[in-house]
Amino acid sequence: MGGTGAEKPTLIRWEERGGERVAVRIDGRLPEQLRPIRIEVGVLGNADGSALVEYGATRVLAAVYGPREAVPRHVALPDRAIIRCRYHMAPFSTEERKTPAPTRREVELSKVIREALESVVLTEMYPRTSIDVYMEVLQSDGGTRTAAITAASLALADAGIAMRDLVAGVAVGKVDGILVLDINEVEDNYAEADMPVAMAPSLDKVLLLQLNGVLTHDEFIKALELARRGILEIYKLQKEALRKKYVEVETSTTG
Amino acid sequence: MIAMSITPSFQPVMPKLKRYTMETLLARGVRLDGRRLDEIRNIEIVPGYVEKAEGSALVRLGHTVVLVGVKTDIVAPFPDTPNEGVLVVHAEFVPLASPTFEPGPPDENAIELARVIDRSLREIRAVALDKLVLEPGKHVWRVFVDIYVLNHDGNLFDASMLGSMAALLVTRLPTPVKTEEGYRVDRTKYTMMLPINHKVVSVTLAKISGKLLVDPTYEEEQVADTRLVVAVSDDGRIAGMQKTGMGSLDYKEVLTAVSIALNKAKTYLNKLEEVVVPYRAKLEEELSKQKKEAEETAPPPPVPRREHLEAETIEQPEVVEGAVAEEEEGKEPE
Repeated sequence: MGGTGAEKPTLIRWEERGGERVAVRIDGRLPEQLRPIRIEVGVLGNADGSALVEYGATRVLAAVYGPREAVPRHVALPDRAIIRCRYHMAPFSTEERKTPAPTRREVELSKVIREALESVVLTEMYPRTSIDVYMEVLQSDGGTRTAAITAASLALADAGIAMRDLVAGVAVGKVDGILVLDINEVEDNYAEADMPVAMAPSLDKVLLLQLNGVLTHDEFIKALELARRGILEIYKLQKEALRKKYVEVETSTTG
Repeated sequence: MIAMSITPSFQPVMPKLKRYTMETLLARGVRLDGRRLDEIRNIEIVPGYVEKAEGSALVRLGHTVVLVGVKTDIVAPFPDTPNEGVLVVHAEFVPLASPTFEPGPPDENAIELARVIDRSLREIRAVALDKLVLEPGKHVWRVFVDIYVLNHDGNLFDASMLGSMAALLVTRLPTPVKTEEGYRVDRTKYTMMLPINHKVVSVTLAKISGKLLVDPTYEEEQVADTRLVVAVSDDGRIAGMQKTGMGSLDYKEVLTAVSIALNKAKTYLNKLEEVVVPYRAKLEEELSKQKKEAEETAPPPPVPRREHLEAETIEQPEVVEGAVAEEEEGKEPE
C-alpha cells in the first residue's frame, strides 16, 4: 500500500486449469490458499511456554512467562491477572534494517494483540499476578501480527494457562481487485486492502480486526468469511501441534 | 516510549448500581442519556477555530471536545513516493481533558487513535497528495494533522476523525517562495485550498451486554466489552476499521456493526456538508478574489529584455502560484 519506488510486479496471473480460468498469485497460490504453515510448540528452555509459527517465510517466536508476581506491585490487580504484551520485530527481519527501538506501529500492535488475548485467558484464575507474552518477529514476509497472535496463544497453552479457546489469526487482502487469503509482503506492498483478523475459532468470536485499505460492503463480508475459513484451517494445525508435543512427552515418559 | 502493552490498572470507579441501571435500560433499547441505541449525540463543528493554523476545526460531540489544527511546511518527499506530498497525523491526549490523562509522550491509546485516523485518510487518498508536489523527488508539501483532545466524554475516534476531516477541508496552502536552497513558506498569503479527493468519517460502535450502541459516552465505554471503529467514505466504501478495547465481538455482530456504521456515517457526512463545505467554498471565493485583485492592482510584470537580464541585480523572489510549480507561459518579449 505504501507503494515502493520499484515497478509493480504482476501479482495475479490468469491461467487455464481444467478448462477453467483461475487467478494465480505471485507465489503460485490460489486466492483462497494459505501459505505452508509450520507450528512447533515448546521450543524455548527458559520460558514457561513457547511456540514458533511460520506462515511461509514469515517466522515468529512467542514466549510466555507467568503467571508470576506482578512488578512493580502497584500494577497488580486484586481480582485478576494483568497481561503484559510485547510485539517486536527483530532489526534483521525486514528488507531495510528496522530500528530495535519500539516504533509507533509496534506500540499499536502490542495493544491490539493484548486486547485480543484478554478475552480468552481466564485472568480471574490468577489474581495479583502478571502473565507476560513476548513475540519476536524473526523474519517478516507479511501477516506478522496474525502469525504472532497464533504463536502467542500456543505459548499460553504451552505454559498451562487456562484459556477459553486458542486464538488463530490470518490476514486477507485485496490484490488487483481479487480477495486473497494470507497476504504476503509483495502483495501487501501493492494491495488495495489488508485486513488482519484473529478469532477464537470454536467460540466464533472475533478478537482482532483491522482494515488498512478500502473495501466495499460486499467485499468486506466476503473477506471476513474468507478469513474465518483460513482461521479454522490454522486452528486445526494449532491443535495438532499441541497434541504432538504431549504425545512426545507421553512416549518419552512411558517408553 | 513504553516497551509493552499492559492491562490498565487504573480504572475509574463505576458504581455497580449505575452499571445495572445502564444494562436494564439497554434491554429496553434506551440509554442513560435518553438516546436510542443508534443515535449520535449533538454535533457541533466550528471551522477555522485557530486562525493562525492553515486549517482547523473544533468539534463537539455531546460533551466530548476535540480541536484539530493543520500546519504545513515544505520538505523532501519520502524516497519511495517522490511524486507525493507527506501526511502526518499526531494525537495528543492533553492532561486537561480527563482525570485519566497524564502529561507525557503519547501513550498507546493516543498512538492507536492517530494511526487509525492516518490509515483511514491515507488509504483512500482523502488528501490528494499527488497534487502537493513542487518539484518531484525534491520539494513537496508536508501536511501535519494535530489532534488535541480537550474534553473526554467518550468516542474520541469519531470526534477526532470528524475534526481532522473538517480541518483538512478548510486548509489553505501558504505561498511557496523559491530560494537558493529550495523553498520557504510565506504564511502571510495563501494560494490555494488543500486538494481533497474524499471525505471520510468514522462511526464507532460499543458492545454492552450484547447490544450495539453508536457513539458511546465515556461511561458507556467504561462498561462496554469492546468497540469497533469503522471509517466510511463519502462514496459509501469502508476506508478503515479497528476493533479496540478488550473483549470480543461475535462473528455476526461484526457484520451487523458494519451495516449500522455504513448507515450512520451519513449523519457525520451531512454535518460536514452543512457546516464545513460552505465554509470551504467561502474561503475558496476569497482566494480567487484576492488573486484577481492582485492581478488588477499589481503593475504589469516587467518585460524582461534579454540584454537586461544579466545586468539585473535586484532579484525578485519567484512566487509560485499553486502547489504544482507551473511555469508562467508566454509574455515573451516582443
